[in-house]
Amino acid sequence: MTEELLIKNAVVYDPINGVRGERKDICIRDGKIVASVRNPKVIDAGGRVVMPGGVDVHAHIAGGKVNSGRLMRPEDGRKGREPKTKVCRAQSGYSVPNTFTTGYRYAKMGYTFVMEPAMPPLLARHTHEELIDTPILDNAALPLIDNNWMTFDYVKSGDIDLLAAYIAWMIKATKGYGVKIVNPGGTEAWGWGKNCDLHDPVPTFDITPADIVKALALANEKFAMPHSIHVHTNMLGHPGNFETTLATLDLVKGIKSVKNRPVLHCTHTQFHSYGGTSWKDFESKANAIANYVNNNNHVSIDIGQIILGDTTTMTADGPMEYSLYQITGRKWTNCDVELETGSGITPFLYSGKVGVHTIQWTIGQELALLIKDPWKLALTTDHPNAGPFIGYPIVISTLMSKKRRDEIAKEVSPAIYDKSSLPSIDRELDFYEVAIITRGATAKILGLQEHGKGHLGLGADADIAIYDLSPEERDAGKIQRAFLNTKYTIKGGQVVVKDGEVVAAPAGKTFFVTPECDQKLMDEMLVNLKQKFENYYSVTYNNYAVQDVYLPHPYEIKAPMVA
Amino acid sequence: MAEVTDVVCSLCGCVCDDIVVEVENNAVTKVKRGACSVGKAKLLGHHRIKAPMMRVNGELKEISYDDAIKKAAEILAHARRPLLYGWSSTVCEADRVGVELAEYLGGVVDNTATVCHGPSVLAIQDVGLPSCTLGQIKNRADIIIYWGSNPTAAHANHMKRYSYISKGFWTAEGKKDKKMVVVDVRETKTSKMADVFVQVKPGGDYPVFSALRAILRGQAEIIPDEVGGVPKAKLLEVAEMMKKAKFGIIFFGMGVTHSRGRQNNIVNAIQLTRAAHLYGKWSIMPMRGHYNVTGFNQVCTWQTGFPYSVDFSRGYAWYNPGETSSTDLLARGEADAALIIASDPGAHFPGEALRHLAKIPTVMIDPFPNPTMEFADVVIPVAISGIECEGGVYRMDNVPLRLRKVIDTDYYIPDEKIVERIFDEVRAIKAKEGGV
Repeated sequence: MTEELLIKNAVVYDPINGVRGERKDICIRDGKIVASVRNPKVIDAGGRVVMPGGVDVHAHIAGGKVNSGRLMRPEDGRKGREPKTKVCRAQSGYSVPNTFTTGYRYAKMGYTFVMEPAMPPLLARHTHEELIDTPILDNAALPLIDNNWMTFDYVKSGDIDLLAAYIAWMIKATKGYGVKIVNPGGTEAWGWGKNCDLHDPVPTFDITPADIVKALALANEKFAMPHSIHVHTNMLGHPGNFETTLATLDLVKGIKSVKNRPVLHCTHTQFHSYGGTSWKDFESKANAIANYVNNNNHVSIDIGQIILGDTTTMTADGPMEYSLYQITGRKWTNCDVELETGSGITPFLYSGKVGVHTIQWTIGQELALLIKDPWKLALTTDHPNAGPFIGYPIVISTLMSKKRRDEIAKEVSPAIYDKSSLPSIDRELDFYEVAIITRGATAKILGLQEHGKGHLGLGADADIAIYDLSPEERDAGKIQRAFLNTKYTIKGGQVVVKDGEVVAAPAGKTFFVTPECDQKLMDEMLVNLKQKFENYYSVTYNNYAVQDVYLPHPYEIKAPMVA
Repeated sequence: MAEVTDVVCSLCGCVCDDIVVEVENNAVTKVKRGACSVGKAKLLGHHRIKAPMMRVNGELKEISYDDAIKKAAEILAHARRPLLYGWSSTVCEADRVGVELAEYLGGVVDNTATVCHGPSVLAIQDVGLPSCTLGQIKNRADIIIYWGSNPTAAHANHMKRYSYISKGFWTAEGKKDKKMVVVDVRETKTSKMADVFVQVKPGGDYPVFSALRAILRGQAEIIPDEVGGVPKAKLLEVAEMMKKAKFGIIFFGMGVTHSRGRQNNIVNAIQLTRAAHLYGKWSIMPMRGHYNVTGFNQVCTWQTGFPYSVDFSRGYAWYNPGETSSTDLLARGEADAALIIASDPGAHFPGEALRHLAKIPTVMIDPFPNPTMEFADVVIPVAISGIECEGGVYRMDNVPLRLRKVIDTDYYIPDEKIVERIFDEVRAIKAKEGGV
């Protein structure tokens, strides 16, 4: 049966297709954007702001550490509880919502795709099981491949082809989307309670984090991968770490991208843009990072904006979470994963009364406003690390309103005037730029625009957000409210949110990449890999890979090997 | 005859996955490698519930699957405060449907953690859990502490696969590279293998944790000559070993979760781990019992936000162990019907709770007969997960594995399908009679 839908009187912001606030109609048939329709149901957008469904490049929404966060924090679960409805399952949680709530809240904000950015390979089934129970959102997950002993072996021997075979195997085995790097080398060192900076030797393995990043960037470009390597650099959250960040970005300069995209995505950059030598002389170095991004085209970033208030921090960067727990003395969970990675979780309160937290808050804003080309930029809060994703509308409202930022500056620590350039920045983003950093650029950074995401061109998925906003609206409060609850969210041609209420909750698709590796190389790599299983893993090789049953709604992207 | 490799064991929280069996005429005839004696016995099969049954005039009479499922649905649909309990010896797919059914009914869903590692969950909610996967221990640990747990009896392959006797990257010589400390109230087979055995007085665990913490924090001088039945010299010896460790692990069992102090013991054990972490790398892990008790807690947490003892009577998840656990609910005489699946409260619940459970209409779903069957009103046999059907489970260290199907069954139905069919019938009854 043909399902047709016509959205009339939309003021469309579709940056990938260069559509900048044009009043037009959108035709939909069978879940896709088409040129015309014959007998459609009609939605009158009434001149409201309309954008493609939001695409989030980085939010921890599913898997082992998210669930450890939920389990550890019933006090967070008690926030935001809502009873079941005819459509929705029971809801709970603020920074660590249950899976159903994650789907509903994103959909209400007009988002239709989310990337889970840290899947421990050994625990990949867990991530996929939670994604199955995350309604509405299309999704994908990035396996961690940077602290793996197989990676270390090939980095040490310098064999990029075999490393490419390994990442191909791992992405296939975990039904993942690309290569995630988190504190390369440092997380392995954390197996002994230690940590590494970019040029420190990794204990026992005789390589450095810099070697790892470079080798993985090269290996990733052996395939037509939709996404670059996705990097959480060393020394997250340490004063003075901006130098490590700049040095990491510079490592991969000159590596040729096989697709029309950067070769490195630097994630939650706010946490990596710190100056000073201690918390006492801590300051923003957002300008140094922004300058680098403005002058180079091989990197993209997401901001990792702080949301002031309570949250649950969680990362594969085990040593960082330990440092944070030592500062706060609050509860702390850790889970090191054999041969591969680790993770830590601890609650955290970002307070506007604290100078350091205030500067952290300004850094995300500075990055978004000082980087001139929004196509290099993505809006994130590194959910839930810098704050829950439900804070995105707040971030949008401050980026669009200098007045709003000035109001906040008066209420937070005066450090904002000494240690940050934010008060002197006048730039305000417009709806077109907001559409870039929340859908256009994010879809391009992830290579999803070719797969119908992040735009409204012919043949694209009919994922659409209609916000209750006129294109002339400049009131920060109204903007914030509108971005929190859409007038309509349409997912695959189906209305899923109407007037801020979830009216349908269909299952989302899971996108995964199949890097197509040369078989001879693969066979050679497998000899080494099987030895690792035989000797060191606590599970067998044959029980490792994620079975197809864990992806009931799969979407495969093939990545051929590049000659 | 066919050999099947990489069979995943559905017995205890070790979830060994390197088992090799022989299958002949659709039966496991031999376990060639990998399983412990208990796991072997399960794989080779033993007496089953032959058919669905219903209690008529005090006697269980065989009925069809269709009738048993209808009867079970009637019991649940007509209850005002149904309890859905168990979920630990089945797969996550069944648990997912179970949590949804409880939510639909406005009932209470709970698993066996309530009477085993529930106190550990409460402790984690207080202070967190610094832990790791079992392979991390295999490759790195140079000191292993079993506290209030006896793996030689309860987790027979644990030492061989993951800890004291296993060999790994930095532990190529196996136990020669390691030290083992056992803390228990009595001598056990495990304690006899230990380098150091610390015998505590019953109820003495809490002060012993505290004493070790104090020593690790540099306060040895405040420790009296004896703590919890342990001489000071012995405490100093253990603390010294802990300080020297590069990678240490504390495995704890029911000996500390269910002795005096309960969750406070575990908070103290975790605080001890945090203190030891000031010297080297230290982790701590509960020795989970049922093969998927961990999995239910995972499923319940991602679906509801809370790991167990979840009350849906308000439409949203209300979590308050002490009020909403199955034993609380039963002891107060509140539950008016029960679904018992993949567990045996008949053998494990305190008397007061059990007396009420025996009075209310009870549906039991299990492959095997057990004491709960003595009072169950509807009994539904199922396929054995990990032998006759597959599914997802979580090992004690939260590593997810997938049970394999080894042989076919043309009669028994998997847990997941049974719960789904009951759910369908419940919906049909509610649609007809109103409500929900």
